Amino acid sequence: MLDKEAIAKRIAQEIQNNSYVNLGIGIPTLVANYIPNNINVCFQSENGLLGMGPFPKESEVDPDLINAGKQTITMLPGAALFDSAMSFGMIHAQKIDLTILGAMEVSENGDIANWKIPGKMVKGMGGAMDLVASAKNIIVAMQHVNKAGESKLLPACTLPLTGIRCVKKIVTELAVLSILPEGGFKLLERAPGVSVETIKKATLGKLIIEGEIPEMAFD
Amino acid sequence: MINKKVANAEEAISDIKDGDTIMLGGFGLCGIPEKCIAALVRQGIKNLTCISNNAGVDDFGIGLMLQQKQVKKMVSSYVGENAEFERQLLSGELDVELIPQGTLAFRCMAAGYGMPAIFTPAGIGTEVAIGKEVRNFNGKDYLLEKAFEANFSIVKAWKGDTAGNLIFKATSRNFNTVMAMAGKITIAEVEELVEPGQLDPNQIHVPGIYVHRIFKGSDYEKRIEKKTTSV
Repeated sequence: MLDKEAIAKRIAQEIQNNSYVNLGIGIPTLVANYIPNNINVCFQSENGLLGMGPFPKESEVDPDLINAGKQTITMLPGAALFDSAMSFGMIHAQKIDLTILGAMEVSENGDIANWKIPGKMVKGMGGAMDLVASAKNIIVAMQHVNKAGESKLLPACTLPLTGIRCVKKIVTELAVLSILPEGGFKLLERAPGVSVETIKKATLGKLIIEGEIPEMAFD
Repeated sequence: MINKKVANAEEAISDIKDGDTIMLGGFGLCGIPEKCIAALVRQGIKNLTCISNNAGVDDFGIGLMLQQKQVKKMVSSYVGENAEFERQLLSGELDVELIPQGTLAFRCMAAGYGMPAIFTPAGIGTEVAIGKEVRNFNGKDYLLEKAFEANFSIVKAWKGDTAGNLIFKATSRNFNTVMAMAGKITIAEVEELVEPGQLDPNQIHVPGIYVHRIFKGSDYEKRIEKKTTSV
């Protein structure tokens, strides 16, 4: 079973060379720590920055320079600043190659719910509805089951939706799965030491298993 | 050059009335018009509809206005950092319209460009789409979202001149540019106010035609919401 850092490390393997990537809050933010040296990637922060760098040293902290999670950050050489309209303009014009975000539920046809629990949590969708509506490729980083032990990979989402038919791949503490165009979670990889049986039990939506399922490989 | 300079925040907001709709720039606490917010709190203007990406934190930004119960309705994309906000929302004291962040930006942009509405795929298939017109272009569905209409826009810039031209720093630009363009009356507070000719025209982010009043604020607190450092 993977911890959060290992989920981030596995997702980092999905990042193509010379790509523009938007990272959501939570596990997705950790992905930036595991980009291989031979991969060129430019991170977008939807509050208005391309070329986001690491967190600043104490002496470099600038209250006017934050990421979409409101954390202080730095800019890399070649960074560019813009306003919120241009930021979502480049998102909807599909200039961003990959969006990585968290989820509370994903359905077997690629619907995602991650912004609201009626009566319990009202934080808002932020930029998530824009990102999922227009991303070319969406990878979800999430726990396979919730705190009550219930599967978060479902036949249909029960929570209010963020977007429909958009998720392409999911990385959890147990597995890597893709969502097939015709529907269904196709099991691609198992976390080290996790059996197919365990993944079956944790997946309520349609799970497709073909042949031997390899374990995830980490360097 | 037309002179837009006013003395201070009090003068800039003097004709904002109970029940007005105002836009407030900023993302989180970054680039918020903290001097005008303080003046709105001092003047006690009530029943405001506030269009702003976030609602501040409990004791800073729009949170200060929420504490004084000056806000009737918030139109925002993310309000997660404010316990008083959540309390007023759950108790029904506060009306809240949550909309996608890009939709918020585009509805401001549309107002500033004289466009009555925009089409966006954000929210298709979700509760955001309820009651809205859907159009299909090239096989993809889009929601029709109308331009905002606000009596006042209040923004914070880094530098400005008395002609109303504005320059922003780093990610404090966020919603400030499009909101500056969207207000019937736009108020800009700046850290540094200079005479016309002292800003490089090549560097202007918002031309002064969009700005009606400008003043220099002093002693900006610029509170940081989540200070994060590396060693």
